[in-house]
Amino acid sequence: MNPAHSSARRLGLISCHDCHLLSRAPDLATGETAYCSRCGEELHQRKPNSVARTWALVLAAMVCYVPANVLPMTITTALGSAQSDTIMSGVIYFIHSGSFAIAAVIFTASVFVPFLKFAILIYLLLTVQFKSTRRPKDRTRLYRFTEAIGRWSMLDIYVVTILVALVKLGFIAEIDAGPAAFYFAAVVVITMFAAESFDPRLIWDVVEDKDE
Amino acid sequence: MHQIACHECDLIHDIPDMPGRAAAVCVRCGCILFRAKTDSINRTLAWTCAGLVLYVVAVTFPFLAMKNGPIGNETGLLTGIELLYRQGIISLAALVLLTCIVIPLIQMLGLLYIFIPLKLNVRTRYAAPVFRLFRHIKPWSMMEIYMLGILVSIVKLAKMATIVPGLAVFAFSLLIFVLNFALSSVDEHMVWEKLEETP
Repeated sequence: MNPAHSSARRLGLISCHDCHLLSRAPDLATGETAYCSRCGEELHQRKPNSVARTWALVLAAMVCYVPANVLPMTITTALGSAQSDTIMSGVIYFIHSGSFAIAAVIFTASVFVPFLKFAILIYLLLTVQFKSTRRPKDRTRLYRFTEAIGRWSMLDIYVVTILVALVKLGFIAEIDAGPAAFYFAAVVVITMFAAESFDPRLIWDVVEDKDE
Repeated sequence: MHQIACHECDLIHDIPDMPGRAAAVCVRCGCILFRAKTDSINRTLAWTCAGLVLYVVAVTFPFLAMKNGPIGNETGLLTGIELLYRQGIISLAALVLLTCIVIPLIQMLGLLYIFIPLKLNVRTRYAAPVFRLFRHIKPWSMMEIYMLGILVSIVKLAKMATIVPGLAVFAFSLLIFVLNFALSSVDEHMVWEKLEETP
């Protein structure tokens, strides 16, 4: 690699997570923390315990993913009879009624995106742990992609909220949020934290260390 | 000219002073290091003020109405959250309230708190922590996803009743664009430099 291009870590510098100011890495005794002189954020060379934290959050989200898909998301009561709908039965309803675009949107946001996030994050964690040097640029791109798509899973939570509001209040039918809604919200929130706790610079640290 | 480390691969770059509307891209991983903005302070303030007006309209005016013959039911932006809360699903109600109502408001108020003093060239306390908070809550502002949720709900209920969009829906959809323009006219690098000058 071009000697003019070096990483902050190799030069003994720390880039602040928040304001991106470069500081000289201080010598710290255990228990001491350094703070950025410009914005006051804690300084870390890399996000602390990034791999362990991301693993923990990914596994927690995967546990919640099961009840989110199996339990009912909405419970519709019309004229005394109740009907429970899971995420997938909602998708199937849209396919039967001919709204393929909406079915595709819900399937992508609620089922496919969380699944894809698990797959990508686990792949990134494993490649970092096994010190892989394959295609670091593409892996960074994958990380950026997971960070961007995660929020769209909130779609189903909002649909439930809006349906509850519209159909309630003196109407013949009534829609209630089912137990899956809670687990599903947990999946979305936890995977967002998981993506945030992963540090993509770990991918490049491995590449740099192998170069030496 | 200043030095910056790529926040995705840690590579050090020398960034020259750039002309307006240019972006610096990391040579190793391809992520955007930062974008230069023109007239950041004025534009951010203008978009934010417009956003606050739309926000007030979106929260107070009727949002969606449902009509089925003589029976009608009008809802506001907050109705669904209130009903979830009353059903006892407090965590869900809180999540929707935060991501669609509270966080966009904090974003706009935070921008005003930082950019009005910058415009007037005065110093304020806690500007750095406020700007840090502003950066951290950014991914949790999800109004555009809520809008897609409205679309899905309308299709879902189309057979049961007619859905009439209220004034608040239009204000809300405009707000999504206006807030995005406000956010994209924030020159973070400039803000940090100015905050450093006036500690």
